Amino acid sequence: MSAATASELPASRTGAPLLEIRDLHVTYATGEEGGLPAVRGVDLTVERGQIVGVAGESGCGKSTLASTILRLQPPNATVTGEVFFEGNDVLTMRWGDLRAVRWAGASIVFQGALHSLNPVHRIGRQIAEPIQVHTPGQDEAAVTTRIGELLEQVGLDPERARSYPHQLSGGQKQRVMIAMALACDPHLVVADEPTTALDVMVQAQVLTVLSDLVRDREVGMLMISHDLSVLADLCDKITVMYAGRVVESGPAAQVFAHPLHPYAGALSAAFPRVGDPAARFAPAGLPGDPPDPRNLTQGCSFAPRCALAADACLPAEPVLTTYDEGRQAACVRIGR
Amino acid sequence: MSADSSAAPAAQLSAAQLARRRRTAAWRRGWTQFRAHRSGMVGLCILTIFVVAALAAPLLADRSGLDVTAANGPVLGPPSSHYWLGTDENGRSVLTLLIWGARVSLFVGLLATLISMVIGTLMGLVSGYFGGFIGAITFRVTEWFLVIPFLPLAIVLSTVLGRGLFNIVLVIGVTSWPGTALLIRSQTLSIKERPYVERAQAIGAGRRHQITKHVLPNVMPMVFANTTLTVAIAILTETTLSFLGLGDPTRTSWGTMLDDAFQVGSITTGSWWYILPPGICVVLVVLSFTLIGQALEEVLNPRLRARQ
Amino acid sequence: MSAVDDTTTKTELSAEGVRVEFTTRSGRVARALDGADLVIRGGEVVALVGESGSGKTTLARTLVGLTTPAAGEVRWQGETLGRNARSLKALRRRVQLVLQDPLGALNPRHTVYDSVAEGLRIHKLVTKSGPTETEMVAAALSSAGLRPPEGLFLRYPHELSGGQRQRVLIAGALALQPALLIADEPVSSLDASIRGEILALLLKLRAELGLGVLVVTHDLGLAWNIADRIAVMYLGRVVEAGPTEEVLTAPQHPYTQALLSVVPEMDRLEPIVLRGEIPDPTRIPSGCRFHPRCPALASGEADAVADLCRGTSLPILPSDPDGHRSACHLVASRVSTPLDHRGEAQR
Repeated sequence: MSAATASELPASRTGAPLLEIRDLHVTYATGEEGGLPAVRGVDLTVERGQIVGVAGESGCGKSTLASTILRLQPPNATVTGEVFFEGNDVLTMRWGDLRAVRWAGASIVFQGALHSLNPVHRIGRQIAEPIQVHTPGQDEAAVTTRIGELLEQVGLDPERARSYPHQLSGGQKQRVMIAMALACDPHLVVADEPTTALDVMVQAQVLTVLSDLVRDREVGMLMISHDLSVLADLCDKITVMYAGRVVESGPAAQVFAHPLHPYAGALSAAFPRVGDPAARFAPAGLPGDPPDPRNLTQGCSFAPRCALAADACLPAEPVLTTYDEGRQAACVRIGR
Repeated sequence: MSADSSAAPAAQLSAAQLARRRRTAAWRRGWTQFRAHRSGMVGLCILTIFVVAALAAPLLADRSGLDVTAANGPVLGPPSSHYWLGTDENGRSVLTLLIWGARVSLFVGLLATLISMVIGTLMGLVSGYFGGFIGAITFRVTEWFLVIPFLPLAIVLSTVLGRGLFNIVLVIGVTSWPGTALLIRSQTLSIKERPYVERAQAIGAGRRHQITKHVLPNVMPMVFANTTLTVAIAILTETTLSFLGLGDPTRTSWGTMLDDAFQVGSITTGSWWYILPPGICVVLVVLSFTLIGQALEEVLNPRLRARQ
Repeated sequence: MSAVDDTTTKTELSAEGVRVEFTTRSGRVARALDGADLVIRGGEVVALVGESGSGKTTLARTLVGLTTPAAGEVRWQGETLGRNARSLKALRRRVQLVLQDPLGALNPRHTVYDSVAEGLRIHKLVTKSGPTETEMVAAALSSAGLRPPEGLFLRYPHELSGGQRQRVLIAGALALQPALLIADEPVSSLDASIRGEILALLLKLRAELGLGVLVVTHDLGLAWNIADRIAVMYLGRVVEAGPTEEVLTAPQHPYTQALLSVVPEMDRLEPIVLRGEIPDPTRIPSGCRFHPRCPALASGEADAVADLCRGTSLPILPSDPDGHRSACHLVASRVSTPLDHRGEAQR
């Protein structure tokens, strides 16, 4: 039962990818000169039935990227570039079309979703909210049935609709957030750190739900995480971001096992493979701290922390170059 | 791991010097933030004017002007070049009364607030931090005092203690502490659960250390912000009590001025210069404290500050 | 491994049969910890692994006396820990707990200097003849990897990065020169690229200062990275314990096997995704507490001992500092068969 009938999605262009981000720049105005550049030229594509992972840590711009897809960036943010959803630019859409896209076209599972639930409303009512917004006038019974379906899809007992958030565990709350994101049958789901606060077993359950979803309903997914191993398991393609730019991109298994960019290498090494003798008593990390977007260095923004940094890295920010097998990386030291 | 630009030979500084440095830095920071609040600065200016006037009363207006027997102005005379705010029913200059009255009103307000703050903070801390029997008892006592209607209690206390300046201070202090106690209690309850209090416990701190070094410093900002509001209320209360005739008969305060003005029928005779000035002064002082309190709360509350 | 000398071999903190209960609002008794044995010695890193609700944090807190056990004992250097303030204070001088969430664990109104010096002041460790307080604070900050330490003296926690805050917390613990460090989720709130440095710091402290470290975590990769021994907890009990290499390459207990199999990129194991969640601690299953979710029971592999699994509860797993043990009827039945159990690796 499709719930996105009352608000009509804008017609999609045939052949267009589900999501295409072109040269996105997002800068927050802070009163200082230049502001805070959160996203500095990102290109990204997601097709139907594909899971694309975005890997990065705090300050890399991934959460800004996620909210900009639905034009949910804060009012003090300046955005340039294009975000094509099924061929239509979200950033310049009419308000009516945007409202339809939000949730019925694409939905987001926010970071820290566990804290996004309203503690004084029952779960069922909170899941019903987007349904009622997009298809007003539906009768109670239909909505209740739909909520039951959604809860079952994410592996929860439909009876749970009557619970309050504090009666659920972390994993259950996260699944409720996913159910909410599915409420209007979106074509694209953006998941921002969906399993970060969860135990490894619950994480496995949630990831199973997500991958089943993509497989069964041809939904496209953009998954954001700082855990490269989780992304490698789940995603088809991984894009690694650092200081607002893409530093590496390619097939998930390749990026994880044989990263080209030193930062991707560090991220991959930060989550050691259990059973790998080389990882015993050898914790791998980077010196320094994740970059402050206000104080980016001249040239490659990763150079201050890079073991391979050389003079060639200083003049300008490295350009994203394409290598074979669809792999891209932005580093002047590859192969040298 | 970047070096602090101002701490050149910091390793040679002793702990006490470091503490002093840190404190002055914190004060300077707080003052800069406070200065940015226009309303707070307005309040501060108004308050300063009144405090200076109160302190400099002997310089501004001769004390003999308060003496009823020495008064030789017209009865309820309107403002003139000689008497800028006119005269009261005894021929005394209203301006002189106002300036000297400021002393009493401010003094009572501040002292009563001090008593109220001390009792309230103590009770609030104890009932918030200690669970079990002690906490329950102190909380019940607080609630009991909260529930007693203020005015009847004030009247009863005044009658029992007799009229006098310190008695008024006592009355106001004793009846206004529960509000502070409740506020401090809820703040204490919240801070008690913070991880850093638990860390202090894990390091080996006893209860006294936890309360004095962790709970109290984080509760004090709320206390300060609340204090300014309490002063405002105390001054109003003193005015009310004096207006009701419970004030110190030997001293003039703004409240007694209002009472006297009312008694001699200033409204019917149209002697606005007798009623309006004390009333306006009370309003201005209360307003200034409120503005300062609001600005202080924003400066001292880290959560509000973090949003900037 | 660190050099074993007299002082480190004697350092020992142990929990025996510790049980922690609390009463829920509905009046039922929840067993956060239902009989756990654990021993930590100086000079080794032990990982206490489990999911939320396993009781690992409760056990850590009980070991430093922040939680009072309803039954069982905590022993420090062989002597039972008293409940009075003095013995607790004496224990905390030697065993330090580093909390998770570095931002919350530091008093926002105290400078870095104050936070690190706090322990020194409480235990009055600054003597007239020895190093000054400032020197001791600087030394602690340096040991935690914050150099130059003087530059951070006047900073406030919100001015530091996540990694720096965690190091300040560790420095605060090191200032007391403890024998044991208990770290609760030391890197879970930190960015991926700086986790390595904090973990390397813990290893360095073990190597250079002979510290014993108990790391409480839900991350098996972390245990693989730095732990000598590992103890896996489920619903208030330790279900498997032993040397890290053995437990994580040849796990015996079905729960450990399942946990290991779902670690991302665990290619050599078929993922066993358990259904449901850890049961409510007020309703601990009868028999083996894991049996309702046990894949071995569900698949028929444990048919021979199925009655035991459902009906007979297991004894508390004793803390064997050198061996590899599991609390499981199936494992016990295999060990007692005449077959060479060492050759029968689980996978």
